[in-house]
Amino acid sequence: MTTMAAPREAPDLREPKGWRRSKNRIMTVLMVLSFVLVIIPLGFVLFTVIAKGASTISWQFLTGSPIPPNVLPAGVGGMWPAVLGTLLITGLATLMAVPLGILGAIYLNEYGGRGWLAALIGFMSDVMTGVPSIVMGLFIFSIWVLHFGYSGLAGAFALGCLMLPVVIRSSYEMLRLVPDPLREASYALGATKARVTMTVVLPAALGGIVSGALLAIARAAGETAPLLFTILTVTTANPNVFSGANTSLPSQIFSNATQPYTGAQDRGWGAALTLIAICFILMIAARLVTARFTRYSR
Amino acid sequence: MEQSEQNVVAQTETTTQLPKPAALQDTRPSDAAVPDTPGPTVFETKKVSIYYGSFRAVTDVSLNIHENEITAFIGPSGCGKTTVLRTLNRMNDLVTGARVEGDVEYRGASLYAKDVSAISVRRRIGMVFQKPNPFPKSIYDNVAYGPRINGQRNKAKLDEIVEKSLRGAALWDEVKDRLKNSGLGLSGGQAQRLCIARTLAVEPDVVLMDEPCSALDPIATGAIEDLMHEIKSQYTIVIVTHNMQQATRVSDRTAFYSVLRDEKSDTRTGVLVEYGRTAQIFEDPHDSRTQAYVTGRMG
Repeated sequence: MTTMAAPREAPDLREPKGWRRSKNRIMTVLMVLSFVLVIIPLGFVLFTVIAKGASTISWQFLTGSPIPPNVLPAGVGGMWPAVLGTLLITGLATLMAVPLGILGAIYLNEYGGRGWLAALIGFMSDVMTGVPSIVMGLFIFSIWVLHFGYSGLAGAFALGCLMLPVVIRSSYEMLRLVPDPLREASYALGATKARVTMTVVLPAALGGIVSGALLAIARAAGETAPLLFTILTVTTANPNVFSGANTSLPSQIFSNATQPYTGAQDRGWGAALTLIAICFILMIAARLVTARFTRYSR
Repeated sequence: MEQSEQNVVAQTETTTQLPKPAALQDTRPSDAAVPDTPGPTVFETKKVSIYYGSFRAVTDVSLNIHENEITAFIGPSGCGKTTVLRTLNRMNDLVTGARVEGDVEYRGASLYAKDVSAISVRRRIGMVFQKPNPFPKSIYDNVAYGPRINGQRNKAKLDEIVEKSLRGAALWDEVKDRLKNSGLGLSGGQAQRLCIARTLAVEPDVVLMDEPCSALDPIATGAIEDLMHEIKSQYTIVIVTHNMQQATRVSDRTAFYSVLRDEKSDTRTGVLVEYGRTAQIFEDPHDSRTQAYVTGRMG
């Protein structure tokens, strides 16, 4: 039988006082502070754009045409040519860059292995990420616009070139995260490599791939510089994206906001809010679609 | 307070004096005296050596695996038993730098002949992995995956295969009302049985199991072992296990692998030490290394 020793004091399990505790507090405060610092500019941008642009937005502003000369007051004409141009050009750029980028990432991660070609493509795509957008615009200007003239297509080429490396890099990182046991499970059932990629790897990485593609699209939709050289900036709607000068929201923001006339400035703010809203709606739509495809991933 | 502590102590003392639970004692009759009548040979490995790059992982493995038997591979870590298992359905092809010397014959056909497709091999020889790895798809889609990639599109036929496979893996009753739920929501033991169902759905000839119970609790392990006994009349099973009790419980034949250390170059390579009927390996091992291992003196 055990003899009970003198009753011992209960152990002190509280966090010890002193430097460790202070360090914890300091770091927690720093993290909260940096989060707040990040949120402040974002909040101000949103607040300012909504405050200045909301009054301009109306059905007529969104669907009216043409874009009036700068000297006219707000409420005349509308931004439809720019809305249409942005949707068409960004959409076309997406159609070019996203499939190509995902296929490139699949090659890099699933097929290329450690070969020299995969290494070269990966390196070149990283270099491409660093090319300034205005340089990309000049590039398309010199190889396409000089021969075939301004068109939405030329703008889509420029935006597509900007999006491509972003899509490749983000998709590649997502494919890398797909655990090998999933691939092995599929191979062990007699699947070919193409099947494994299509039915297991891509669905498992879909959520991340869509996020990456969305970031690329949102970035492209807001690009001004490469469009100035490739689509020009006109005031009437041009639904033919393959020929003739076109216009876009960012170009209109640029050309209106730099004017001394209040009407033009209001139109600039309105166009900015429209652009933000379009990106926002796109994000939500894509999230809903992805949620449907990835509903089994947890 | 003091009173209850004393009680606890007293209880512990009684428990230790209790005889071992019946389940821990080996109640299987020794079948060493029963004549050995193996079925047709499914695999015949002929002096198989497996390399990863320049590293020789396994040397000179020659053994025959018979139809409708459960063959267990046992041995210490790093002895190459999983490596050998993975050469039986060419899963090692997926490892960069892996290379096989010697030959593996599957029902008389060489697995490593030039014109053999690893895809066709794996459609006949399925595999269950150490960690349950269900796809991030619904339970139904997990099981239907194999038949679908083999071209089965008929919904009624797929329903039938899914039910049959899940019943075969003793999982049907637990999941029949939630076939549309994610396969990732199952417990470890259920997930592993789902993986077995997924393998059975393509109606393989052989099922390779790579430590299928090492991530599972004893109850789930028991369920899987019962399952293996049930399905062995239709399949040939090869299982790698770290658990010697498991080998004695489930297998008909056991191969014991060990590590051969080269003192000069300080390299280790796996070798097949002894292969025979399970009862013989555990009760009357011919090799001293086998004896040391199965009696728990080594590894």
